[in-house]
Formats: sequence, structure tokens, C-alpha cells
Amino acid sequence: MQNQKLAKKLMKKSKTARYERFGHLLSLSALLLIMAIVLGIIVFVASKGLATFFKDGISVKDFFTGTLWNPGTKTPGGHQAVGALPMIVGSFLVTILAALLATPFAIGTAVYMTEISPKRGAKILQPVTELLVGIPSVVYGFIGLSVVVPFVRNTFGGSGFGILSGTFVLFVMILPTIVSMTVDSLRGGSRFYRQASLALGATKWQTIWKVVLRAATPGILTAVVFGMARAFGEALAVQMVIGNAALMPQNLTSPASTLTSVLTAGMGNTVMGSLQNDALWSLALVLLVMSLLFNLLVHMIGRKGAFKK
Amino acid sequence: MQNTTELNNKPKRFIYDFNPEETDITMQTKDLEIYYGKTLAMHNADLKFQKNTITALIGPSGSGKSTFLRALNRMNDGVATVKGEILYQGVNINQPKIDVYEVRRRIGMVFQRPNPFAKSIYDNVTFALQRRGIHDKKTLDRVVETTLKQAAVWDQVKDSLNKSALSLSGGQAQRVCIARALAVRPDVLLLDEPASALDPVSTQQLEATLRELKKDYTIIIVTHNMQQAARLSDYTVFFNMGEAIEYNKTRKVFTRPKVQMTDDYVSGNFG
Amino acid sequence: MNRTQKQSRFAIACLKAVAGFVVVILAFLIGYIFITGLPNISWHFLTSPAKAFNAGGGIGIQLFNSFYLLVLAMLISLPIALGAAIYLNVYAKDNWFTSMIKTSIEILSSLPSVVVGLFGFLLFVVQFNYGFSIISGALTLTIFNLPLLTRNIEDSLSNVPDDQRQGGLGLGLSKYETIIHIVVPASLPGIISGIILCSGRVFGEAAALIYTAGQSAPALNFADWNPFNIDSPLSPLRPAETLAVHIWKINSEGIMPDLTQVSSGSAAVLVLAILIFNLSARFIGRKVFERMTSVK
Repeated sequence: MQNQKLAKKLMKKSKTARYERFGHLLSLSALLLIMAIVLGIIVFVASKGLATFFKDGISVKDFFTGTLWNPGTKTPGGHQAVGALPMIVGSFLVTILAALLATPFAIGTAVYMTEISPKRGAKILQPVTELLVGIPSVVYGFIGLSVVVPFVRNTFGGSGFGILSGTFVLFVMILPTIVSMTVDSLRGGSRFYRQASLALGATKWQTIWKVVLRAATPGILTAVVFGMARAFGEALAVQMVIGNAALMPQNLTSPASTLTSVLTAGMGNTVMGSLQNDALWSLALVLLVMSLLFNLLVHMIGRKGAFKK
Repeated sequence: MQNTTELNNKPKRFIYDFNPEETDITMQTKDLEIYYGKTLAMHNADLKFQKNTITALIGPSGSGKSTFLRALNRMNDGVATVKGEILYQGVNINQPKIDVYEVRRRIGMVFQRPNPFAKSIYDNVTFALQRRGIHDKKTLDRVVETTLKQAAVWDQVKDSLNKSALSLSGGQAQRVCIARALAVRPDVLLLDEPASALDPVSTQQLEATLRELKKDYTIIIVTHNMQQAARLSDYTVFFNMGEAIEYNKTRKVFTRPKVQMTDDYVSGNFG
Repeated sequence: MNRTQKQSRFAIACLKAVAGFVVVILAFLIGYIFITGLPNISWHFLTSPAKAFNAGGGIGIQLFNSFYLLVLAMLISLPIALGAAIYLNVYAKDNWFTSMIKTSIEILSSLPSVVVGLFGFLLFVVQFNYGFSIISGALTLTIFNLPLLTRNIEDSLSNVPDDQRQGGLGLGLSKYETIIHIVVPASLPGIISGIILCSGRVFGEAAALIYTAGQSAPALNFADWNPFNIDSPLSPLRPAETLAVHIWKINSEGIMPDLTQVSSGSAAVLVLAILIFNLSARFIGRKVFERMTSVK
């Protein structure tokens, strides 16, 4: 009898159980909200961006290969002037150049911080890089405008606005990001291999080159891709120094534009639903897709790296 | 493994010196099988635990003794699959309808490493009560004093009840954890190698405390320290390779084991 | 000395040179910001409104807007991020749903902020008809802030040893009570550091705001704290140019004669604020930890 009483007590759903259900649902809904936002962004931007092709009848080929960008007017050939190639080229150029420039510097600095002078690295360089990672992009843009542009103008001639200035600004901007992520991946490698390598008679440089960097390669690649994603998506800092002319870049010092710079400069001056506006959303869609691709790339590097270990 | 199978055929592995019909059995397991994923981690452990006694679970690492212990208050939920019956005062608590929180309140647990919360000593002890809606200062004060006295740590901490429990030494912290478990007034106390992180002096004090607590609680303790099991417990179960091999009065397990494997283990010839 | 040793010496000297060069760049950056900027900062500069055509304008309203937006965005995003982090930490099982969740958070965190800004523009400014306003800006910043804040909080939660959770569960508490009342307080130092670091990022963000909170800073009546009046500083429906947007705006189309001074002053204030955020993240986190682990 007593057992049944106890059994009944134990089977009664306690306040704690109800509380647990409540908490589970509450935290789940917070998460679902974030997922809804992500989905919302993709759906909204895609539907707006695709309108250029479906509603306004612009051909995809014209969009990606046309070199004349002046939505609403026609090209000499009679097509709509919605050629995004100049911006796409601009975005890729500044991104790739900045990454090419930043990667060796970043790796060198990171190796210095972890392998050659860990003490100075941890005490001085680490906090400074962390601070620089956090510096707002408009500040980089401002410095670009007041230092880099005049420098480029005086050295290479022209107006100073252009791909080169954009590259320099992005170089400085993504450098701290790549450095700090590379440092993380270098520190991740085991001390054991280093010591083993040195004990086998390898020089410090051989150890760094053949053991430390080899082990950290996936991490370094990830860092570079992250830096590139940041550079590709950066809007204001680039917009301030690139000159904002939607033309195919003739050389590195002629005014040019990127996807982001045209977007920020143009969005305020167009009417929702017009071709001019839809075309801008198509640029945003390209940005979004590129961001997804960068993400995919990071995942693939991660998976491959995990495989090797 | 072959050895074990042979043993299964011998009937007298679990020897109870009490008559289960007449004695108060607080906990009992029947046909227990515990799986991690698809791997069977623990089986063959039909055991009975008598009220107001200390039962020690001994055995090498990976023998399944901790897994078994954690099944007794359903701490394996979500970690492992537990099949079979776990009877608490005759009620099978291993069924979905049972409220697991009430079960754990009645069957308390103390862990291997002292794990005081990042709160004051006072709040550590009263926390679970406060969560159950008891906020009366007088009641809480009384609980703090009683349980800390029961855990034999009152004299050391009574003047610093508002100090963070994280500042306590290992031995003191473990006792506060015991007081914390006692505060919700359980029947059964499960201890998972509670002394493994403590120094010899603290361990000795802890054992004295447990001997004292036996009067009011049923205690089941996992230990890999055989001296501790011999000093402390009334009954001992020897686990190996996911099975309970032998159950008997502690003295008998250590002096006249029925199974060769137990003999090897307690005499240190194991492996 | 043999060849490999020489090679090693040479390579390491090169590494040092590279690192030295980077240090020079970094030092120049910080030096430039402060040396050109700090002389322009005065109490007057920090408190008075901006001037469009004349010299002597300040950044008072922009500074206030930046902080107000930051506080609002944090107030909105904190509960959501905490909830999401708790789910990931406690309830998420190792299955496709969890990996989908994690992927979508990663996607959100790597989205260019200008895309987030445009989404905010589309949804809050146009669709919900909030216009260029504090509320549009705060909601957009929330979206911008959520992924990183969630990740920071989740990291802090998973740094708490598992035996704390076990302790809570062993007392018959639910997972939710255990995380809210035991794990969250125990990870408070990390969570606070994370919040402050995220604040720095939100404080300096501009691209997400130019089409949501707007690019104008109408005069405010600092005597009127009724949020329903449109010229009250608290009004959620007024346009609000922040400090970061201000720097971009005046450099793009500003015509005041002291443009450079205002820009460099603003940039220095911005970086100084970030610096304070960074330092206080370390300091406050450590203080909270000390407070929790020792004498109260």
C-alpha cells in the first residue's frame, strides 16, 4: 500500500518538470528566431535580387558580362545598361590583392609571435592586434582617405582613388584578423613535434617551415579565407578610397568601384521597385552568394584538415 | 570473458546474510542492462541494498561500477540507455512516467571531484530548497546548520557562511557538497569515489562522517580504494568487465571470496 | 657554420624584418589616429551638436546616438543570444538539426554588414514603416550582433566544468534551472567580457546603420526625456546618425571647413571608446571572477 502511495507521488509531474519544459521551449524559440532571421535575409535578398532578371527581364549574361552600369539607360548596343562586371572585377581585385599582400606579412608576424619571440608577442603584439581587429572600418576608411590616397597620388600619379588605395586599406584592415587567427592555429600545434624536430637536429627554420607551418596549414588557410570574406564584404572603408566610378578598372590607380561601394552609394538614390533599385539588390545578392561560398570554403578546409589528422 | 561466463553458472555469487522478505530493502536492481550507444556497458547486476547500511562498489576502472551507480538515480538519462528495473522502496523508477527530479531529490549524489557552485556556502546548501520555493529564513538557517553539522564541517565554516564556496579546501568543499545533498532530505546517498581528490586526513574525516550518516541514510559508495571499502562498508560488491561478480558482507569479500576473480582483485594479483 | 644553419639564420632574420614592418604599420595606425585626433578633442567637441557649414561643430548628438543604439541593441539581443546559447549548450544533440543551426549562425556572422543593413532597411524601414529611426537601427544592429554574441556566450558556458552541471542535476534540479542558476553565474566573467567585446563591434558599426538609423542627427532637446516626443533623446522613432556613420558621412560629402579636424577627432574618440571596451572587458571579467571565488 505504501508503495502505491509512493509510486503516485513519484509519477506526479513536479513543478521542476514543468519548469524544464518551459525553459526548453524558451531557449529553442530564441534559436528558431535566429534561424528565421537568416532564412529571412536569404529569401528577401534573393527575391529582390532576382527581380532584375525575372521582372525586369535583364539577361543573366548581360548582368555578369556587361561593362556598362547605368541602370535605366541603354547601352550603345541597345541592351539595358546593367552590366555588373566592373564592380565584380573591382571586388575580386581588391580582395585578392589585399589577401596576397597580407598573407605573407600575417604569417611572418604570427610565426614571430609564437615561435621566435613568444614573450614580446604575448605582451605587446597580441593586445595590439586584438585592438586593431576591433577598430571600426570607417576609421580605416578615414586613414585611407587622409594618408593612403595622397600617398598613392604622389607616388603613382592620378587622383589617388582606385584599386590600389582600396587594396592598401583592406590589407591593413584584414592583417590583424589573419594574424590573430594564424596565431591561434600555430599555438594549437603540439609542442611535442617542435621539440622532437629540434632534437633530431633540424634547425629552427627547418622546424618552423617543415613542422610548425605544415601542421597549421588548414588553420592558416581558414584565416586567409576569413580575411578575404571580410575584405569582399567591406563596404565603407573601400567606398571612401576607391573613387566610385562604375567603370572597368584600366589600371590600379584609376577610379573604380566594388559591389559594396556601388550599393552604399546608390541605395539611397533609387526608388523601391524600380529597375535601378532592383539592379542594386542583384549586387547585394552577389555579395550574399559570395559570403555563402566563403563559408562553404571554410567548411571544406576544416573537413580536409580534420581528415589529415 | 570466458571466465565470467563460467562464473554465471555458479549460483552463489550474491550472498545476502539478511532475509530480503523481512529486511527493509531500500534499493534493488533487476535485469539491468546499460548501453552506451549500441555497446553493452553493464549487465548481470541483480543487487539489493539494505536500509541504513553502507555498500561499497569496488572493481577496476571500466568495470561498470560508476555506470551502475549513476543509473540508480537516473543520472544516465540522455547519456546511456538503461533497461531493466530499478526499484526504490519497491517502486520501479526506471520508467518514463516517473518524475526524474523527485527521484533525484530522494536519491542524492555526491561526485568524484568536489563541485561546489560559484555561490556562497550558505547558498550552496540552500540552493535546491530555494528553487523548490522555500525562502523562509529561519527554515533555511536551520537546514544549513543541521546539514553542515551532519557533514561535520559546521565548526570550520560557521563564521564564513557568506564566503564563496570556491575558496574552500578540497576536503571542506566535499563536505559542503555532502551537506548540499542532505539539504533536500534524501533517503539514499550515492557517492562516486568521493575521496579520490582528497588528502589522507580529509579522507579519514570523510569516512568518519559517512559512518555517522549511515544511521539516517542508505549509502552506496563507489571506490577503487580497497582499504577504504574494507574500513567503511557493511557490504561490498565486486564489479568487473561490466558485471557484478560477487556480493557479500565486506569482511567476507575481503577474507573469503567465493569467486577466484574477486580473490585475485582484493589480493592485488589482478590483471 | 654550415649551409642549413646559415639558411636558418637568414630566414629568421627575414621573419623578424617582416614582423618589424608589421609592427611599424600597426604603430603608425594607432599613432596617427591619436596624434592627429586627440588635440581636437575637447569638452565642447564631445558635447555640442555638429555643424554642417561652419567650423567648430561637435559630435555630442552622434555620441549620444551611438551609446543609445548600443544599449538598445544589447538589451534586445542579450536575451535572444542567451536563449540560443543555452539551447546549443544544453539541449542540442549531435544531429542534423544542430549542425543546421550552427551553420546558419555562422552564415549570419560572416554576412557583410552592408547586406544586414539592407535587410534591415527592407524589413524595418520600408516593410514595418519605422522609417530611418533609432528602432530600425537598433533592430538591425541586433541582427548584426546576434551571431557573435551567441557564440561568445556559448563559449563561456562550455568553459564551465561539467561537474557543476552534474551537481545541479544530482540535486533534482532541471537542466534549465541548472544552467540559469548555476552555469550562467559561474560563467559570468566570460559572458561579461563577451558582451563588452561585442559592444565595441556594435559601437563602431556603420554600414549596417546608414540605411536604417539614417544619416542625419536632428537637434535634440536634452531637457525632454519623454520617449513619445520626437525631439526627445529617447524617442525611438527619430533618425539617429551615430559617430561611425558621421565619420563616413562627412568624409563622403561633408563641406564644413574643419572637416579633417572633426573627422580625426571623431576617429580618435571612436578608437578610444573601443580601447576602453577592450580593456574593461579584461578588467571587469577578472574582477567579477575574483569576487566570485574569494571573500565577498
